[in-house]
Amino acid sequence: MSEFLQHLVNMLVLGGTYALLGIGLTLIFGIMNVVNFTHGILYTFGAYIMFIVVQQFGLNFFLALPVAVLAGWLLGAAIELTLLRPLRGSDIDTTMLVMIGAWIAMQSGTLWIWGGVAKSVTTPFPEAPLVLGPVSVSWLRLFVLAAAAMLILVTYLLINKTSLGRAMRATFQDHDTASLMGVNVDMIYTSTFAIGSSLAAAAGALLGPVYVIFPQMGDLAAVKAFAIVILGGLGNITGAVIGGFILALAEELGAGYVSSGYRDAMGFVIIIAVLIFKPTGLFARAERVG
Amino acid sequence: MTRALGLVGTIALATALVGGTAGAQTIKIGVNEPLTGAFAASGTYVVNGAKIAADEINAKGGILGKKIELVIEDNKSNPTEAAAVAEKLITSDKVPVLMGAWGSSLTLAVMPKLMEYETPMVVETSSSGKITTTGNPFIFRISPPSAVEAAAFKGIVDKLALKKVDFLVINNDWGRGTAEDFSKMMKDKGITIGLVETMDQGAQDMSAQLSKIKSSDSETVIVTTAVDQLTLIFKQAAALGLKKRIITTGGSQNPDQIIAQAGAAANGTMHLTTFLPWFPDKTPNPEATNYFITEWKKRGFEFAGCTESFRGYDGIRTAAAAIEKAGKAEPAAIKAAFWDINIKGLNGDIVFRKSGPEGKESGQSQPNVYLIEINDGKVEMKTL
Repeated sequence: MSEFLQHLVNMLVLGGTYALLGIGLTLIFGIMNVVNFTHGILYTFGAYIMFIVVQQFGLNFFLALPVAVLAGWLLGAAIELTLLRPLRGSDIDTTMLVMIGAWIAMQSGTLWIWGGVAKSVTTPFPEAPLVLGPVSVSWLRLFVLAAAAMLILVTYLLINKTSLGRAMRATFQDHDTASLMGVNVDMIYTSTFAIGSSLAAAAGALLGPVYVIFPQMGDLAAVKAFAIVILGGLGNITGAVIGGFILALAEELGAGYVSSGYRDAMGFVIIIAVLIFKPTGLFARAERVG
Repeated sequence: MTRALGLVGTIALATALVGGTAGAQTIKIGVNEPLTGAFAASGTYVVNGAKIAADEINAKGGILGKKIELVIEDNKSNPTEAAAVAEKLITSDKVPVLMGAWGSSLTLAVMPKLMEYETPMVVETSSSGKITTTGNPFIFRISPPSAVEAAAFKGIVDKLALKKVDFLVINNDWGRGTAEDFSKMMKDKGITIGLVETMDQGAQDMSAQLSKIKSSDSETVIVTTAVDQLTLIFKQAAALGLKKRIITTGGSQNPDQIIAQAGAAANGTMHLTTFLPWFPDKTPNPEATNYFITEWKKRGFEFAGCTESFRGYDGIRTAAAAIEKAGKAEPAAIKAAFWDINIKGLNGDIVFRKSGPEGKESGQSQPNVYLIEINDGKVEMKTL
């Protein structure tokens, strides 16, 4: 029983960050119809920003987080303006290839600047974990969970309660009509990509200190983000959040009770099942997409 | 026109080929290591150690009157790439001997290429038993196979009063091989083997496996993987309140990096290593060890890398000694010469003994294995 409780706590902590990874990607996919292969490298980028600010400049850990979010936002906006805007109207394959190219170039860039050896970030949290009966969890991970929950909430409010969010949703439903109604679609695309990117960078900045930071850290994260997006339905934020927790649960229980060798396969087994039985994702609403 | 182009192309190719072989002023040694991917840290250390050996040899005038040149390629911690890199080094760079490929799965992937092109390779790190028992006569290994590690560990098993042991190992030939060899030795000693958990080589979150181990009734966990994953495991084990004795194997722990990155979480952990840079006087060849450590520091590398980089240093010196003994930089002669060398490695004399099926034996030297413990952020030596 205590082992099961520990697995559940692990699931919550892991799921929060998976959700954060998922919503950034689903936002971009849903609104822009862009398969964003740079998502993983933006995650890596966020982690390295954390490393630079905390380890190299010796600044405060909590200050580094917003810096990473802002840096992710700026890099995302730059990618949209220089790569995606000129390709607007191209077919999805062309955009995909360009994004794969950007991913490889940026990953090689991080390797060139920081080298392949992993870096770690010191945090202000105590090393001794919080112990509640049979369950322990590190303070850092609790903080990560809280920060992820807050970022998810902010994103949700931004999309559902602000005029920018309304314009984003309108563009998602029908960008021609939205454009006719006076929505600046170019600006919406740039904002969407920048917000999605800043969420990826935030996830990297939060998880970098939990794990270690190296140029390929985003690859597995990106694969999981894609899995979460498929699980939750394209463009569905709530779906991505729940999808993140489902993936974390499948991994935890799969590793705990089936076989740890197949841990990373568990999530994909679920995805195959979802794609067979409910191909639009678990939570896709009947919505006009084109 | 096409024919003319074809002719020009043929001439250019022929010139390049002739120029490539006849004009060789250096003796090339191929280095096939993971410089990116999951084992980037370890592979980079090994390459830096290899460069020290090459520079040292060249400063003394090289071998056979020529300088040695390391042709370094990145196998990306990926077996497919490791095999491709070996092929490239042998066919395109025409190296007569290689060193590589760090991980057991990487080395095993390279081995068929060595047979195909009949080119020998010094194996500097890999510890899977399979490497020297499958009958590949082009393999000359200077690192200890996991059975040797297990045998060395046998002596301390009673002192540590081990009763029940769980394993957490990397899910590849190295990890699974270690779990097998250590289980066998421990069962003979009457120790119960509990869980055998695995993790993917790129995995970053081992909380699920550690939670399971936490709930088991064993008192010790044997962990086998490289430094980056070890750091994560110690941090995550501490976060889960796992209070079992942790012993790591494989010699790729870089204890100082663990101390720096895992902090207090590393205290109390024990490690089976193959080099003692902290206590140069206790190594088999103190003079060579001191030279190597001084040179390593002089180049501005982190001390933590020593436990890994010495393998690259010894590996290149081994290859160079064989070339010198062979008297020519040709694969067949070098392969034969490996059996006759005797050099002072940083971890014992490097002399190859036959291992594997008769008629196609691999070479295996007998390096030392040590047990160290991290206490208060410092490395202490335990006597085996």
